[in-house]
Amino acid sequence: MSMRKLAASGLIAAALLASAPAWAVNPDEVLPDPAMEARARALSTELRCLVCQNQSIDDSDAPLARDLRVIVREKIKAGESDGAIKSYLVDRYGEFVLLKPSFSARTALLWAGPFAVLLGGVAVVWINGRRRRDEVATLSAEEEAAIRSLLDETPAESASPVTSPRTGSRS
Amino acid sequence: MIVELGHYALVLALALSLVLTVIPAWGAHTRDAALMGVARPAAFAMLFFTAASFVALAAAYVGSDFSVLNVFQNSHSAKPLAYKISGVWSNHEGSMLLWVLILAIFAGLVAWRGAAMPRRLLSYVLSVQGAIAAAFFLFILLTSNPFARVMPAPFEGEGLNPLLQDPGLAIHPPLLYLGYVGFSVAFSFAVGALLEGRIDAVWARFVRPWTLLAWAFLTLGIAMGSYWAYYELGWGGWWFWDPVENASLMPWLAGTALVHSIVVMEKRDALKVWTILLSILAFSLSLIGTFLVRSGVLTSVHSFASDPARGVFILCILVFFIGGGLTLFAWRAPVLRQGGLFAPVSREGALVLNNLFLAAACAAVFIGTLYPLALEAVTGAKISVGPPFFEATFLPLIVPLLLLVPVGQTLAWKRGDLLGVLQRLSAAFGLAFVGTIIVFATTRGGPVAAPLGVGLGFWLILGSLSEITSRSHRRGASVLTVLRRAAGLPRAAWGSAIAHAGVGVTVIGIAATAWGVERIATLKPGEQIALGPYQVTLEGVVPRNGPDYREVAALMVVRDGDRVIGRVEPGKRTFIARTTATSEAGLLTVGLGQIYASVAEVGAADGSAGVRLYWKPWVLLIWLGSVAMAAGGVLSLSDRRARVAAPARRAVPAAVPAE
Repeated sequence: MSMRKLAASGLIAAALLASAPAWAVNPDEVLPDPAMEARARALSTELRCLVCQNQSIDDSDAPLARDLRVIVREKIKAGESDGAIKSYLVDRYGEFVLLKPSFSARTALLWAGPFAVLLGGVAVVWINGRRRRDEVATLSAEEEAAIRSLLDETPAESASPVTSPRTGSRS
Repeated sequence: MIVELGHYALVLALALSLVLTVIPAWGAHTRDAALMGVARPAAFAMLFFTAASFVALAAAYVGSDFSVLNVFQNSHSAKPLAYKISGVWSNHEGSMLLWVLILAIFAGLVAWRGAAMPRRLLSYVLSVQGAIAAAFFLFILLTSNPFARVMPAPFEGEGLNPLLQDPGLAIHPPLLYLGYVGFSVAFSFAVGALLEGRIDAVWARFVRPWTLLAWAFLTLGIAMGSYWAYYELGWGGWWFWDPVENASLMPWLAGTALVHSIVVMEKRDALKVWTILLSILAFSLSLIGTFLVRSGVLTSVHSFASDPARGVFILCILVFFIGGGLTLFAWRAPVLRQGGLFAPVSREGALVLNNLFLAAACAAVFIGTLYPLALEAVTGAKISVGPPFFEATFLPLIVPLLLLVPVGQTLAWKRGDLLGVLQRLSAAFGLAFVGTIIVFATTRGGPVAAPLGVGLGFWLILGSLSEITSRSHRRGASVLTVLRRAAGLPRAAWGSAIAHAGVGVTVIGIAATAWGVERIATLKPGEQIALGPYQVTLEGVVPRNGPDYREVAALMVVRDGDRVIGRVEPGKRTFIARTTATSEAGLLTVGLGQIYASVAEVGAADGSAGVRLYWKPWVLLIWLGSVAMAAGGVLSLSDRRARVAAPARRAVPAAVPAE
């Protein structure tokens, strides 16, 4: 479908924003220290390019994404922790900049929802299973009587009432 | 003229879909054989006119008739023929026409195969198909007419969006739609069963092949889209957790659960109510996917509100069918008789667990995709939910499921013996464990999770293999006997084994991405750079021309030591019609891995090029595994069970005149 069309148009919008369509991380941005660069890359994938559609600053070629990548790298060089860098960016751009929203009253449903579905499903299956087992396990007095009368009958006689509903339901 | 005929055919198809909606359902309700007899011919006629309408639009594209607004906006006379044809569904109007065409094809196929089905069920099923088709015919005719003319007719078209001018994206939409829309059959069967108030193993036997077919197409469609994103978007990722991707993943997860629960219903007459609910949910998620992508709501709540006609229309369709389906379910499901019992440790129990995990994984995708929209609509607060969120929630729900797959495959129906199963799987587990240790010892770099992921893949593949061998091997049997027995196993058994092994293959491919190597550099002509085990040399930057684009390509040679193993030629293309540019990745397949190159800056005075190079070991396994999954699904649906179902029903004397 053009499932992708929307993604595509978003990308085109992003491409238009950047005067020369390129990709993310340019050679001149890369930090000399590989460990620091790896940290910068990992952090970049968790930060949203604010003007793009659902792209991290690591993926995006928009000028703003480049600015953010540079800020992240400068702060890493200055020895700041990942958490400090994130909270700096959140102060500046809002919660929107985080691709993985932090847990709060506002996002409780988001984080707990999938696991609640799993637990709820388990509970339903368990309760349902127990109920049905109880239903099957206990026979009413009438059913007991019916079984006793069936057992007293000869097999030839009991065969027909048991089998005919089955063939009936099959047709 | 052809264009007007196409438009007219679409109106006729709408009329026929209304006939199909009303008359057979009324016939089934009143048990009137003559009215029910309308269902099949009406479905065939609806298919005929929908196809005629589609062909008319395709003819306008092939003939570059720019007096048609849709052709003018999305085509260009210099475009290769294949892309003129794929241009039909590369835009909103045309893709909706394709959507409804596939719906009509499925209705026609059900009508064709349905000669053996119980009359009332068939009538209800086709009625529901007709109703869905009617809604979308109306949507196209009222809000998205592909046949609108433009006066005066322009001389040249605006061209196709260059990103879409690609073989992958030419066949991706039809595959995906075959999957999406295929689930409409399961939906129609579910609604039919609820209306009829009866559901049994025979129902499951009729609906199972359709569900498997839809699922297989959706699997291929998603894999195709993923591969396209991988090589066309230019940064080598294969899944971005983008809302449009999630929109296709949700019905896939629900459909995967459905494919499994239907087996329980067919074999054991259990999980009926749940299977009906899943059938409704799978198609509902397909509709939601269509809504998300088509309405513009994804970009932002505000862009949806600024041009609401289409979005509101699809929302109405959505509310009607999902709301109607679920209401009917709530009302009628208690009528359905509960089926067979099973112990918690049994194949059924394992499949219930499978369904729970898949449903929760689907919920994770659903909540993650829609939560930001809902939160913004309710509170105005904007948050982002991106890949890190999905990795944190989806993986913990899907990995336990994958770990349990071989166990579930091996458990017996009704009451399983867990200890016996673990004994039977001990060889598979031992081999997977040894394999994991070997991978752990022989690889360098990457997180610890990577060898564990590969081990999980081994476990899935060996577990599937073990299922086949344990069913065909008996103590003292010769190799020939074992092979003969294996070949004689039902196709469904092979299909299941291949599909599950395919999951393992995909998992290995995903895990192996951790060992990928990435280099970002500016290369001068003649300069060499190491890329994992290979060396890449830039030969030079050259301009080239394509049929409707100009390209600047960076020519690079890949060496393994002294030996040249191939070339990669990534480029930047500027399309003449739209003056838009795309990056074209250069790919070199080495074994099952790929060297992936894309180019950023070219045209510097010294002839240098800014390039991004990746070595992606085993990356092709991601998509090969998906193809194996789909192949397993198709093999399973061709099983004798599905084929003999029809004659078994035909033997029943029906008090209905032949058509």
